[in-house]
Amino acid sequence: MNLITSLAKRNKQNGYKKSMKSDIKQMDLMILPGLLLVIVFCYIPMFGIILAFKNFNPNVGILASKWVGLDNFMFFFKSSDFAVLMRNTVLYALWFIVICNFTNIVFAIMCYNIRNKAALKFYQTTSILPTFMSIVLISYIVYLMLSPTSGVLNSIIKMFGGKPIDWYSDPKYWPFILTVVKVWNGVGYGSLLYYATMVGIDETLFEAAEIDGANKYQQIIHIIIPEIMGLLCLQIIMGVGYAMSGDFGLFYQIPRNIGLLYPTTDILNTYTFRALQAGTSMGRTTAVGLFQSLAGVILLIVCNGIIKKIDEEKSMF
Amino acid sequence: MKRKKITAGRVALNIIMILMSLAYIVPILLMISISLSSEQSVIDYGYRLIPNEWSLDAYRQALKNPYQMISAYKVTIAYTVIGTVLSIIIQTLMAYPLSRSNYNKKGFITVVLMITMFFSGGLVPSYILNTQYLHIGNTFWIYIFPGLMSAWNVILFKTYFKGLPDGLVEAAKLDGASEFMVYRKIILPLSTPIIACIAFTTVLGKWNDWNTSLLYIRKSDLYSLQYLLQRIINESDYIKSMQGTAAAAMTGETLPSETLRYAIAIMAAGPMMVVFPFFQKYFAKGLVVGSVKG
Repeated sequence: MNLITSLAKRNKQNGYKKSMKSDIKQMDLMILPGLLLVIVFCYIPMFGIILAFKNFNPNVGILASKWVGLDNFMFFFKSSDFAVLMRNTVLYALWFIVICNFTNIVFAIMCYNIRNKAALKFYQTTSILPTFMSIVLISYIVYLMLSPTSGVLNSIIKMFGGKPIDWYSDPKYWPFILTVVKVWNGVGYGSLLYYATMVGIDETLFEAAEIDGANKYQQIIHIIIPEIMGLLCLQIIMGVGYAMSGDFGLFYQIPRNIGLLYPTTDILNTYTFRALQAGTSMGRTTAVGLFQSLAGVILLIVCNGIIKKIDEEKSMF
Repeated sequence: MKRKKITAGRVALNIIMILMSLAYIVPILLMISISLSSEQSVIDYGYRLIPNEWSLDAYRQALKNPYQMISAYKVTIAYTVIGTVLSIIIQTLMAYPLSRSNYNKKGFITVVLMITMFFSGGLVPSYILNTQYLHIGNTFWIYIFPGLMSAWNVILFKTYFKGLPDGLVEAAKLDGASEFMVYRKIILPLSTPIIACIAFTTVLGKWNDWNTSLLYIRKSDLYSLQYLLQRIINESDYIKSMQGTAAAAMTGETLPSETLRYAIAIMAAGPMMVVFPFFQKYFAKGLVVGSVKG
C-alpha cells in the first residue's frame, strides 16, 4: 500500500504531461520495427510501379530507364493472352466465391445437425486435414487420382470398361478438376466460421419454430440463413477484393505448370510469375501486376458499395 | 435437453458425412500404401489401398541419399522458428500502441497498415527490391524478412488487446509502470490464446511455403522442404522417362520412381500431418477473433 501511494505521488510530482510524453515516445519506439518493415517491403515496392511506364534496363537502374508511357499496358491488352487470362482469372474467382461459400455453408449446416459430439469431431478433423498440407502435397494426391498410367480415376474407368483419359493433356477437364480440388481443400476450414456463427444462434429460436410447426428446411431458410448473412457478405467482399490475384498455388501446382493446359488453367498470377522467371521484360510484367492491383481495389470498392446500397449494416467500410 | 432420435434423415446425414471423411482419409492412406508397395506391383496392378506386395525399397532408396532432405528439413525448421518468433514480437509490439487510447498516431498508422492489405506494388518490384537492392535473393534471409509483417495480424492483435479489461492497464499505469512494462507484464501474458493462434497460422504458412524457393533460391542446400518435394515430383518423371531409353536399359537398374515419389512425400509431410491436427482448436479460435469487425 505504501509503495503504491508513494509511486502515485511520484507520478504526480513528475507531472502528468511529462509522463504522457515519455509514454508516447515509448510507443513510437514499439511501432518502429513494424513500420520500417512495412515501408521497406510494402511501400517501397509500390514506387516500383513506375517500372510499368518504363522500358526497364537493369544495367542503368530503374530511375535512368527510358519512359515509354502506356506502351507496356497496350502490349498486354493487345496480346492474345489477355482475353484468356482475364476470362480465367475473373470467372474462376467469381465461380469459386459462389461454389465455396455454398459448400461451406452446406457443410456447416450438416455439421450443425450432427448431435453426436465424437462423430462431429471426427468429421471436422478429417475435413480440415488439407489445411495442414502444402499445395505441393495436394498436387501429389491429385496426381495420384489422375495419373494417366495408374491413376485411381482411370483404373475405375477401366474397371467399367471405359477408355482411360489423359487428364494432363486436355484442358477441357480442368475447370471441373480445379473446382473439385478447391472445394475439397477448403470446405473443412471454410465451414468453421459459418459453423461458429450457427452455434451462436439462440436455441430458443429453433424451439419456437418447432412449436409453430416449421420443418428442418424452413428452419434453415428462416433462422440460419439470415443469421449468417453478414458473414456471407463479408466473405463476398473479401473474395471479390482478391478476385484479381487468384489462388496462385492452386493454379500453379495442381495442373503442374503444363503448357498444354494453359487455356483453362492460366491466371494473371501464374502468368506474371512465369514471365518473371523467364526474364520477360520487367516493365511489361510490372504493368500486368499494376493492372491487377488497381482492378482489385476498384472491384473491392464497387462490391462494397453495392452491398452498402442493399444493406448498410453488412458492408465492410 | 435435446432428445436423441434416430431418424432416417439423421442416418442419411451421417452416411454422407462418413463418405466425405473417407474422401479425405483414403487419399492419404493410398499414399502410404503405395510408398510401402514394391515398384513392380504398382506397375502391374496400379494403385492399391492394400499393397499386393509389401516392400521398403522406396524408403531405402530415399534414405540412400538423405542429405538433400536433411538440409531441406534444417532450413525449413530454422526459418519457421526464427520467422515466427520475430514476427510475433514485431507484430504484437506494433499492435499494442494501436490498442491504447492515449496514443496519438493511432489513426494514421492504422491507415498506413490498411492500405497494404488491399494494394501492393506487385511481384516484380518486390523481386527487384529483394534481389538487386537488399541482396537477400538466394540467401537464407529471403525466408525471414519479407514475411515478417502482416497488417492483418496486427489488426487481429489490436482487436484482442482492446478487448482486455481496461482496469488492469490503468492500475499498472498508476503504479508507475511504463508502456513497455504494461505490454510485457500484462498484455502479453493475458494474450496467449491469440498469440498461440497467430503463431500457429504463421508456422503453418512458413512450413508449407514453396514459392519463395521457387522464385529466389538457386542453391540446392537452401531449398525449403515443400519446394524439394515439388522438384522431386518433376524429377522422378524425368527418371522414369530415362528408364524407357536404351541408356537406362543398359544399366539394368530400375529405380522405384513411382513408389519413391510417395515415400519422399510421406517423409516430408508425415511429421506435420501427425502434429498439426492437435492444434486445430487454436485455428477455430483465431477464426472467431478474426471475424470481429474493425
